[in-house]
Amino acid sequence: MASEFRVTLRSPDLSVGVATAMKAVFLRDVKTAFRQPQDLLNPLLFFVMVVTLFPLGVSPEVSFLQQAGSGILWVAALLSVLLSLDHLYRHDFDDGTLEQLVLQPQPLFLLVLAKSLAHWVLTGLPLVLLTPVLGVMVHLEGNSVAVLCLTLLIGTPVLSLIGSIGAALTLGLRSAGVLLSLLIIPLYIPVLIFGTGTVMAASEGAPVAGQLALMGAFLVLALTLAPFASAAALRISLSNS
Amino acid sequence: MSEPLLQAVNLECERDDRILFRNLSFSILPGTLTRVEGPNGSGKTTLLRILAGLNDSYSGDLLWRGKHRHGYREEFLRNMLYLGHRPGIKPLLTPMENLRALMAGRRSLSDKVLWQALEGTGLDGFQTVPCRNLSAGQQRRVALARLLIADEPLWILDEVFTAIDIHGVAALERLLAERVDNGGAIIVTTHHELRLPSMQRITLGGGDDYGL
Repeated sequence: MASEFRVTLRSPDLSVGVATAMKAVFLRDVKTAFRQPQDLLNPLLFFVMVVTLFPLGVSPEVSFLQQAGSGILWVAALLSVLLSLDHLYRHDFDDGTLEQLVLQPQPLFLLVLAKSLAHWVLTGLPLVLLTPVLGVMVHLEGNSVAVLCLTLLIGTPVLSLIGSIGAALTLGLRSAGVLLSLLIIPLYIPVLIFGTGTVMAASEGAPVAGQLALMGAFLVLALTLAPFASAAALRISLSNS
Repeated sequence: MSEPLLQAVNLECERDDRILFRNLSFSILPGTLTRVEGPNGSGKTTLLRILAGLNDSYSGDLLWRGKHRHGYREEFLRNMLYLGHRPGIKPLLTPMENLRALMAGRRSLSDKVLWQALEGTGLDGFQTVPCRNLSAGQQRRVALARLLIADEPLWILDEVFTAIDIHGVAALERLLAERVDNGGAIIVTTHHELRLPSMQRITLGGGDDYGL
């Protein structure tokens, strides 16, 4: 019977493009998240809580809040993204979908990029949408709120993309939360400095286009490099499991 | 004669200062079933993960159709199907959504084909029930539905019979036999006694030398 064996090897199937595969990864993450809404709401509630703590704990004075508001919101957003990062690959790792993701024929960094984008849509984007409300709460002026939203809109994807590297690296560990923060927070500092700096400049009436452009450069850098690092980290974590 | 799909040459793997296997060489030919045997902890899963490309901590060579596998990642992955211990099923999604997501990067199949594949694995009526409401065996069947629509020449299956009932096991054995007859190559680990003719065996956890 051996002579009859005819194995047809599969050549690249052009009907399944990289975009289709990325879309499937993205949609699966979004769908899963909406089936478990508490995972979506927790970072948002955390964000609101942390921002509320400052008027209560430090000072409710308008002058203080106007001065510190943008910083408070940025730090709260950063921490809230950090809080959600541990879930990014953990569930996939536990149920085996991550193995299947790594074994897909498409370049892994593109699939990782799709996952990072899904993470941003599910955590970063809601934070940006909530920011105007909280901005009013800390007495930020209209112009400052607008610039703050813009910096968060550019900045939160960077947080998701960089965070994805840390989440992938700490995947094999049992309690990765603290280590993840220690690894990632230093990398978040430049984004934080420029994010708050831009809003400060805006509130003083200075032009902000240059700073925003620099933040845009951060985003481009993260978009082009972070997925490669995350993909490599995922391979290492899976190899050691 | 057909050329080997996958060849292992002098594979060696060490884990936690323990040598799992050394000087392990074998060829996987089209139309053969290879069973990896050995007691618990002998490295069966590790070997399968190495063969699938999930684990890089080994020395030795792995050749895909006679050439080093590194340069042929995409070709290898398009032609290999791996089912691991963890079924790759999202508990919050339905079997249909899971199967669709798993196949999305590989082949474009209509929903009808996917639906029928799930029917074929005995999940008729459960296609749109979230997987967390299914039993462990049913969840594994969702993953096994891929075997009904898979056309990859090489299958690497880790403990496929786990949590499957007697009828399911018999059906799966038939499926594997049929697949082998049609020229597919299959590598399995299982503690289940397979009733299949012509099987290549790789035994781990014996002496120092496990060459075949």
